[in-house]
Amino acid sequence: MVEVQLRFRDDDAVADPAVTVDAFGDQTNAAAVRIEPGDDARDLLPHLERIRLVEVNFPSFGDGRGYSAARILREAGYTGELRAVGDVAVDQLHAMRRCGFDAFAPEHPLDPAHTERAFATWPEVYQATTDDRTPIWKLRHG
Amino acid sequence: MYKYDQYDQAMVDARVAEFRDQVRRRLDGTLPEDKFRPLRLMNGLYLQLHAYMLRVAVPYGTLSSAQMRVLGDIADKYDRGYGHFTTRQNIQYNWIKLEDAPDILADLAKVEMHAIQTSGNCIRNISSDQYAGATADELIDPRPYAELLRQWSSFHPEFSYLPRKFKIAVIASATDRAAMRLHDIGIEIVRNEQGEIGAAFYVGGGMGRTPMIAPCINAFVPLDQLITYSEACLRVYNRYGRRDNKYKARIKILVHELGKDEYTRQVEAEFAHLLSQGIEPPLAELERIKVQFADPAFETGLPDSVDRSDPDFAVWVDRNTAAHRVPGYAIVTISLKPVGGIPGDATADQIRLMADLAKEYSFDELRVTHAQNIVLPHVRKADLYALWTKLDEAGLSTANLDTIGDIIACPGLDYCSLANARSIPVAQKISERFAGREAEIGELKLKISGCINACGHHHAGHIGILGVDRKGTENYQLLLGGSEGADTSLGQITGPGFDEDGIVGAIEKATEVYLANKQGEERFLDTYRRVGMAPFKEAIYG
Repeated sequence: MVEVQLRFRDDDAVADPAVTVDAFGDQTNAAAVRIEPGDDARDLLPHLERIRLVEVNFPSFGDGRGYSAARILREAGYTGELRAVGDVAVDQLHAMRRCGFDAFAPEHPLDPAHTERAFATWPEVYQATTDDRTPIWKLRHG
Repeated sequence: MYKYDQYDQAMVDARVAEFRDQVRRRLDGTLPEDKFRPLRLMNGLYLQLHAYMLRVAVPYGTLSSAQMRVLGDIADKYDRGYGHFTTRQNIQYNWIKLEDAPDILADLAKVEMHAIQTSGNCIRNISSDQYAGATADELIDPRPYAELLRQWSSFHPEFSYLPRKFKIAVIASATDRAAMRLHDIGIEIVRNEQGEIGAAFYVGGGMGRTPMIAPCINAFVPLDQLITYSEACLRVYNRYGRRDNKYKARIKILVHELGKDEYTRQVEAEFAHLLSQGIEPPLAELERIKVQFADPAFETGLPDSVDRSDPDFAVWVDRNTAAHRVPGYAIVTISLKPVGGIPGDATADQIRLMADLAKEYSFDELRVTHAQNIVLPHVRKADLYALWTKLDEAGLSTANLDTIGDIIACPGLDYCSLANARSIPVAQKISERFAGREAEIGELKLKISGCINACGHHHAGHIGILGVDRKGTENYQLLLGGSEGADTSLGQITGPGFDEDGIVGAIEKATEVYLANKQGEERFLDTYRRVGMAPFKEAIYG
């Protein structure tokens, strides 16, 4: 398993192996699941209370389906770990964080100096998501 | 015009810093080209045949004089003294050095400009009606809605790696001057039966190798749900748009394969969910933006007549000005299509001159049109002659708006790494062949693409030309009957293609058929629609 390089959570990391979305519904003791780009994140919504880790795989950084999967889970109230795995580069970290990812396990380790800069790049944000950033329109109008 | 506040400025400045860092990592080798490519594309930087090309965003085609002036200065400082205005109301420079790109973006940021999302598989610069805020035929100025969407779509965290590029146009006039239904999303601001303003959503249009006219999926989205509805349209596309084949990845294919009804159903379900998420800016934000698009200080009691004693001037007035909603004013289009010129090109000096003229005669404002011309939206009729005189001295008084010489052409094989054939020389030959016949032939929109990707909008030309590669030689197919206005239609191929000289001859024959069959005030397109393809085919191939 690829190492988790960045984690924005205080709880203990989940060591369970992640099962596929297809298998997850039947494995009632599973707490970790892995979403591939073609999977429907909404298939997991009936099981959210027992999920502690969702890995979202990015086989290629250009395939952006995982961003929608992450937001859908957070919008449905999922509070467990949401980990981006695979072809995750420093230039995608900010957007991923905004979509709800709070752990990153890139297949190629990232330069810590670069990651620090990536999270500090944007002074404000234009859009509201489920993260705690206040969108610019709210700053303007309260 | 919209003015940045400290937040807008901070975002654009942050983007410059981010891109400077990315270029530095690219140049020092820590960022490989395959990872850098999508990042530079999202900043408008392409690698073309000979050099990098930088495409600068002109949101909804609106520019101030100061911004226009900087565009001229960039052409001198970083390029070869000219710029090229594009079919999405942007400007691009064809001879850029990678190491200069961050400095260019910094120069742009000083005048509230950028190159954000002018390329890449993301939401592109929002386009609009070049006559917005000036024309008598609009319901309301569409640009505040476009600006709201600009902010929403800039650096969108979920939609930066879409299956393919995504283009949005916003209009508020039934006279569609923005090819709205040929966009991924076309939004028409409308009034419903209760008298309320809202947005009609047309989704899944586009040109390219599979041209489609967007169907209307929702005839009235309330203004306080505009962003949420857009987000729903995009989320369904991001999740289910095809990623297995880049030629089938545009939203038009998704809408076509699912069917309009099923796509709409999925959007409505996502919309119902997103309404609970609090992602919509308050209407107060729209009001804040709207105030900035308030009318300039139009004078009243101005004379509404024009002294037409100079015949060349009179021809230009008739051809290149349009009715303004305020008496005593006119909308002026400056043609960037001189006879034998490169469509959409302007020199640095011409760009700066147009900036000065906008300041003097048009309340400091210019527009870029999708037909690659420049508009001065608010000119006093009393100033038209002085304006025309100055344009004429600078080679900018060509009186050919919407005629056969007002050609849309892509850069083609002279610049573009995707092209199969040259577009520019064909445009130049046609322009030279038909020069002086504007009044006789009348409105005839001719559009040329150098490959099937259709950047030159050939599907939507009354006459369209598509350059293809046939066994190693350039070959040009002829299409007739396309249109991009309120009566959007797709052109039909006449038959076998032609070489470069042959295509010009074929067009000459097509115009002869039109002139021989024309009834009353019919335009070329009207006659074609009435008589059909057969007589044209017979004249061209018979």
